Amino acid sequence: MTLHTLSVAELSAGLAARRYSSLELTEHFLGRIAAANPKLNAFITITAEEARAAARAADAERARGAGTALTGVPIAHKDIFCTDGIKTSCGSRMLDNFVAPYDATIVARLRAAGVVMLGKTNMDEFAMGSSNETSWYGPVRNPWDLDRVPGGSSGGSAAAVAARLAPAATGTDTGGSIRQPAALTGITGIKPTYGRVSRFGMVAFASSLDQAGVLAGSAEDCALLLRTMAGFDPRDSTSVDRPVPDYPAELGQPMRGLRIGLVKEFLGDGLDPGTAALIEAGIAVYRKLGAELVEVSCPALPLSVPTYYVVAPAECSSNLSRYDGVRFGYRCQNPRDLLDLYQRSRGEGFGAEVKRRIMTGTYVLSAGYYDAYYLKAQKVRSLINQDFERAFARADLLVCPTAPTPAFKLGDKLDDPITMYLNDIFTIGANLAGLPGLSVPCGFLGGLPVGLQLIGPHFAESRLLAAGHAYQRETDWHRRVPDAYR
Amino acid sequence: MSAQDHWEVVIGLEIHAQLATRAKIFSGSATAFGAECNTQADLVDLGYPGTLPVLNREALRMAVKFGLAIGAQVAARSVFARKNYFYPDLPKGYQISQYEQPVVEHGTLDILLEDGSRKTIGITRAHLEEDAGKSLHDILPGATGIDLNRAGTPLLEIVSEPDLRSAREAVAYMKTVHSLVRYLEICDGNMQEGSFRCDANVSVRRRGEHRFGTRCEIKNVNSFRFVEKAINFEVTRQIDVLEGGGHIVQETRLYDANRDQTRPMRTKEEANDYRYFPDPDLLPVTVTPEFIAEVRATLPELPHQKAERFVKSYGLSAYDAGVLTATREFADYYEATVAALGATGDHSVAKLCANWLMGDVAAFLNRDGIEIAAAPVTAAALAGLLNRIRDETISGKIAKEVFEAMWAERASADAIIDARGLRQISDTGAIERAIDEVMAASPKQLADYRAGKDKLFGYFVGQVMKSTGGKANPAAVNALLKRKLAGP
Repeated sequence: MTLHTLSVAELSAGLAARRYSSLELTEHFLGRIAAANPKLNAFITITAEEARAAARAADAERARGAGTALTGVPIAHKDIFCTDGIKTSCGSRMLDNFVAPYDATIVARLRAAGVVMLGKTNMDEFAMGSSNETSWYGPVRNPWDLDRVPGGSSGGSAAAVAARLAPAATGTDTGGSIRQPAALTGITGIKPTYGRVSRFGMVAFASSLDQAGVLAGSAEDCALLLRTMAGFDPRDSTSVDRPVPDYPAELGQPMRGLRIGLVKEFLGDGLDPGTAALIEAGIAVYRKLGAELVEVSCPALPLSVPTYYVVAPAECSSNLSRYDGVRFGYRCQNPRDLLDLYQRSRGEGFGAEVKRRIMTGTYVLSAGYYDAYYLKAQKVRSLINQDFERAFARADLLVCPTAPTPAFKLGDKLDDPITMYLNDIFTIGANLAGLPGLSVPCGFLGGLPVGLQLIGPHFAESRLLAAGHAYQRETDWHRRVPDAYR
Repeated sequence: MSAQDHWEVVIGLEIHAQLATRAKIFSGSATAFGAECNTQADLVDLGYPGTLPVLNREALRMAVKFGLAIGAQVAARSVFARKNYFYPDLPKGYQISQYEQPVVEHGTLDILLEDGSRKTIGITRAHLEEDAGKSLHDILPGATGIDLNRAGTPLLEIVSEPDLRSAREAVAYMKTVHSLVRYLEICDGNMQEGSFRCDANVSVRRRGEHRFGTRCEIKNVNSFRFVEKAINFEVTRQIDVLEGGGHIVQETRLYDANRDQTRPMRTKEEANDYRYFPDPDLLPVTVTPEFIAEVRATLPELPHQKAERFVKSYGLSAYDAGVLTATREFADYYEATVAALGATGDHSVAKLCANWLMGDVAAFLNRDGIEIAAAPVTAAALAGLLNRIRDETISGKIAKEVFEAMWAERASADAIIDARGLRQISDTGAIERAIDEVMAASPKQLADYRAGKDKLFGYFVGQVMKSTGGKANPAAVNALLKRKLAGP
């Protein structure tokens, strides 16, 4: 069986033509998950029974001649999205016992479109990490090299798609958490514009940065899923009421005349030469397709990492206050009194990285430090916004690497948070400015995939996906699968 | 001169008015009071992972209405912030509240003092926030229960300038705000249920001193009487400390009504650092000029406007007008009574009505602890009684007896008067007969009176009234007695 080699678009066509049933497809992927997951640790929860039931329902719907393009297509959800009746752990001991009584908006939308959920994927605890090593459920391994990290925080989703355990998976991106793991595992990932996709039912990390998106085998597959996920949600005040384009239908936009901006600050001397060469080659593809290259400057952009590591921890320190052992989640044994309940529930329920960020965030919001840290970070955030605005006056899309290096080894950066944080240097700017970003595979270094990142103006997902699609018609990096998972 | 005369009291109040919206401020749950524990809290109120707040525009509309009523600036853009602290009845670990950019700023409210003069009190700001739940320490043995029905209920926190100079002024201000929010129909004002409660910031300084003294905040006082008592206790305490050579520690204190004292809750050093920052889940709130105009069109006649009209149309004193307009229902009752008497332009009738409302009606409401809306004597019924006074069917004195019976029996004045035979005797023949009988029965007094003991006139009036069961027309009795006692 080679069903796992097919794209979402191909599976959609195959299901429509009755070449196979959703149940067969689902069983095929469940079989692959059962075989590979013990090594990869990509899934926290495998929902085999629910998946079979959903597949049968999808088949019945198709048999009636009803359904959508996605009816019967199996996918995986990052374990940050609440799923009615199924554990949502967020990669944390704190929520190991948490079963939400409701679906996140995107889960509900995909479910309503007939998508089959295979399971919930592993992730950095509360999405805080760039290597998937902070998960309470243990690290996820990179299918290209089991000694290496898959990136994070959507590492489980990325590894699952890269190893073809699922045709696509949902993810969230607060500071590169979709794009960086997509790059490190050789797949395609899109972080939409802030407000494009509802955050309702997505466990919050940093509310002003969090955005849900897709990891899949291609830009086309991302387009198919995003079309269903995107759109206004009255339950999320920050979601934007604006029509959702038909992304798959708009994939054919011409690249001729498209102005692609090369971000000076990100393509300079500091860049790893191997990565730089692959990005150069990627840019050459666009030149060949008739795109016009312009150099743009975003001087504040290198400040995005320190800015992010003030804003995100500040918001997380507040967002994670609700985990107090009182109503849901982990509660310590035999608390002596209220203070003991708080201290031990949180002390035992959260891992080291989450605690580090809660403490950082608490510090930067404290009386006497607020102006120097939080307020200043917000000002820098405005400067970064302005940089992007100026850049987009001259360019239709920006190009830069997704990550500074290919996948690093497990444990390499775990004790050095600053180096770990610097892994997000190219991705964080888009989060701070709320811009959409896409990572596409653009080659290999030492057998490890490298990603090319495209960043667009607000709500330019259609243009981004078309650019990714055009690139993938010219290259086959996105079709490469690790030998063990072919 | 007492010790307190050397000191000036400075008070500012923070009033929490629960807004009368049907749904909570950030969720769709109902806000009704008294439901079974935790039946009016949805996933948003419980702070479930992934849930998000969405502003109830009705709460915003009410805040804007209040802002317009106090002549304040309504901010075109206001911001919700998070106030972070841990408490079991605070589900998210933070309270959503407006902090640096409130929706209403810089208003004023006039209060009426007992001498009839007015004083303008500044209102620094009024901002929207969500209420917390309740910790129940007395329903589960050895454990604390949490009821989150109240969590997320919209509050308008109304912060005054430190313009109040006595407990009485503070109470007058609190009553004025209470009246206003009920006029505006944005708060039911129910203090027993906690819909209207107040924190008082109290300090004292030597007369002539310009700087403020160190203040203490008295938390959560929920009746007018307690506010007055709590402030008075606190003022005396602070003066005693200062005169004893001590200094005031800035702290939060709780008022214990049972012991009539305040006691420390936490000091400034122990105070939380709330780490306020703008709530990223909520966009800044924008208020357009169109929205303001729309809300302005819904403003009712405000208490001070009504009071001014009462002075003009009914010829009442400013004080009477102030008392009568304290609540919209009381004012409506008054106007309905005057109208039922068909005497809108007649100031003496208007005054008669005012006296009855502020006298017997208010006393009975107070005695029974009920609101005017629940009074057993309606405005029309009261007018019926006052008509019998005006047409001299009964005297003012008998009217009080009739009123009491009307209140108890929910009957009309005429029914009571007839059933009890209280109709006033104005028939001079009958009164003369009664006088003759009294004079015949009191020869000594009659002789004394005629000998010049004028004071005995009262004795004769009393006897005549007694023999007529109080029903004799007092004016007729006076006139006839004068003539008859003078001798043939």
